[in-house]
Amino acid sequence: MPRGLLGIEGLERGEIQAILDRARDFQPRGEHAIRKYDLLRGRMVVNLFFEASTRTRTSFEIAAKRLGADAVSITAQASSVAKGESLVDTLNTLAAMHPDAIIMRHAASGAPHFLQRYLDTPIINAGDGTHEHPTQALLDARTILDRGARLEGLRVAIIGDIAHSRVARSNVHLLSKYGAEIVLCGPASLLPRELAHIAKGVTLTTDMDEAIRGADVIMMLRVQLERQHEAAFPANEYFQFYGLRLEHLLLAKPDVLVMHPGPINRGREISSEVADSQRSVILTQVENGIAVRMAVLERVLSPVPEHVHAAH
Amino acid sequence: MSTLLIRNGRVIDPGSGRDGVADVWIEDGVIRGVGANIAVANAAEVLDATGLVAAPGFIDMHVHLREPGFEHAETIETGSRAAAAGGFATICAMPNTAPVNDSATVTSYIAGKAHQHGIVNVLPIGAITKNSQGEQLAEIGSMRKAGAVAISDDGRPVMNARVMRRAMEFARSFGMPVINHCEDLNLSAGGDMHEGLESARLGLRGIPGCSEDVMVARDILLAEVTGARYHVAHISSRHAVEMVAFAKARGLAVSAEATPHHLALSDSDMPPYDGNYKMKPPLRSASDVEAVLDGIVNGAIDAIATDHAPHPGSEKMQEFENCPFGILGLETALGVCLEKLFHSGKIELPRLVELFTAGPARILGINRGTLAPGAPGDVTIFSLDREWVYDVNKSFSKSRNSPFHGKSFRGGPVATVVAGRIVWQA
Repeated sequence: MPRGLLGIEGLERGEIQAILDRARDFQPRGEHAIRKYDLLRGRMVVNLFFEASTRTRTSFEIAAKRLGADAVSITAQASSVAKGESLVDTLNTLAAMHPDAIIMRHAASGAPHFLQRYLDTPIINAGDGTHEHPTQALLDARTILDRGARLEGLRVAIIGDIAHSRVARSNVHLLSKYGAEIVLCGPASLLPRELAHIAKGVTLTTDMDEAIRGADVIMMLRVQLERQHEAAFPANEYFQFYGLRLEHLLLAKPDVLVMHPGPINRGREISSEVADSQRSVILTQVENGIAVRMAVLERVLSPVPEHVHAAH
Repeated sequence: MSTLLIRNGRVIDPGSGRDGVADVWIEDGVIRGVGANIAVANAAEVLDATGLVAAPGFIDMHVHLREPGFEHAETIETGSRAAAAGGFATICAMPNTAPVNDSATVTSYIAGKAHQHGIVNVLPIGAITKNSQGEQLAEIGSMRKAGAVAISDDGRPVMNARVMRRAMEFARSFGMPVINHCEDLNLSAGGDMHEGLESARLGLRGIPGCSEDVMVARDILLAEVTGARYHVAHISSRHAVEMVAFAKARGLAVSAEATPHHLALSDSDMPPYDGNYKMKPPLRSASDVEAVLDGIVNGAIDAIATDHAPHPGSEKMQEFENCPFGILGLETALGVCLEKLFHSGKIELPRLVELFTAGPARILGINRGTLAPGAPGDVTIFSLDREWVYDVNKSFSKSRNSPFHGKSFRGGPVATVVAGRIVWQA
């Protein structure tokens, strides 16, 4: 199978660490902030987004360009998908143009996994349905590590619509591989009990205070109204019981990090005071997204890691 | 006068309790006798079954032939050929065609087409309600007269308990069993695979076991009230099997069938997002599979039925959530059951044969599945040890949606005889 990136679950810890380490090389530092590289000059990636996305698509595009690759972005509405072409046909057509990788987001869980069985072009999963969002977990891990913390033994509370969250699944797999303690929290209708067995070190609670008590990291999830097929929770009660407010932070470790994959709904799952507080690293996450995606693109497109050759 | 003599096979006839090497003599499409070294005077056609098992013609009481309406997926002819290649002499055609088989006209059409092709016996199953919409009862009596052997709104279970009660009462007047695909559609809505650890891991919406259980429970209570003959199609959950056993212990006329795939595969056997593993009910947990196997061993389950459900390749080559439900089953049923039930030592051969013959015949109340003199001359000849590999691309079906493609089997069908004619031979 081509060397793409479909999910975190199938990766070894060593592979994850290699990406996280390499991402560090790509982080902007000090005065001369942004560097451009020519590591992937002459390579071409296609951004194929079947689902609305601003930050992830832009982030991948910038990452590709900073490495010197050409990036073409296609959104589903503008493509032949709107004309009724099947997913397999769309991808085969794109693959016939010989891109070096296809970066793909799709509303159906497993869509990239299904396609990779029929395609030689490596696929990078930029989020599939309610399954995985591997680069989000990688950038979250990079962000935690930047604050000096180790991942081992860390207590991480992931709070919100766990059932429909690909961010939660990818983070659970990644953190579990490092031996972190993961607490999943949300209303029971959005917190499948089976998730307690999805990976080592996972516990579940419906009590937000309990989830946050002693936490090193709090990851808030967006309430995904577009994925709610029924009223699993009365919308107007959500913030009262599962919205993150300043008083919650008192229960956590003093240096707790508040994270959110974005886009944030102020007043729905997180209060403005928390989102804008010193504990929030939400914008750092966005920044790290580019560095991590550069590391992923490099790994997929040039299997043997090279040393950094900065183009001055 | 046409005569067929099946020589020297191990004849297993669960109806008479026979299990021993003998000849089977069929004349003019009817069983004349079974015995040692039968001598037939005139030039008879002879089929040598030495080293093989000769059983009553297998019956599959749950098949989707797709005709009329979905001939791109299967036709009565191609489905019948696949049945013959799977060792089935008789198949029941589920009514979810277009139009739905909810009238004597459609019933007669199916029966007539099948007769015209003359491959295997095709017994239509009529709809419970008009257009299988769960509201008005279909023309059950007329369909019975036109040849329907049972009623079912398979795939679109009757959600209204009052309608189901009336259907059971009405069917009882005609001595027909009511077959239900047990699934509470509100509990299962939007689901694509069994709800459990695997669905949580894969991010797929679940079809909970309880969606099957609550309807089995409801129907058993209704069967008690109405005195109807009630049959659970493709039983797949532990609680459902337990409830059928409970109903039988109470003396109710309740029966159940299991598919080969529900006793062979669990949700964790699915290669990630492979549409050829998507069906309803879904592949359930390993514990449910164990319960289905136990139900076969202890008699809670009466029959094996395939729920053969063809879908053309393009429909299964999609995102998992867009793939239709259903898989092929006719050609692999015996191979799978020999492996999981017989070679594994769970049941003896006569019980295995019963699940394919006398079991479904009893549920349907038809004079088939037996080698008694005067019964239809249908015989299935199969091997217990022939090694073979299933290549779905060589299937007689028009479709290719099987999870068993490329699988090796030990033992399987060798010849199928319908009314004294060899309709298929390996």
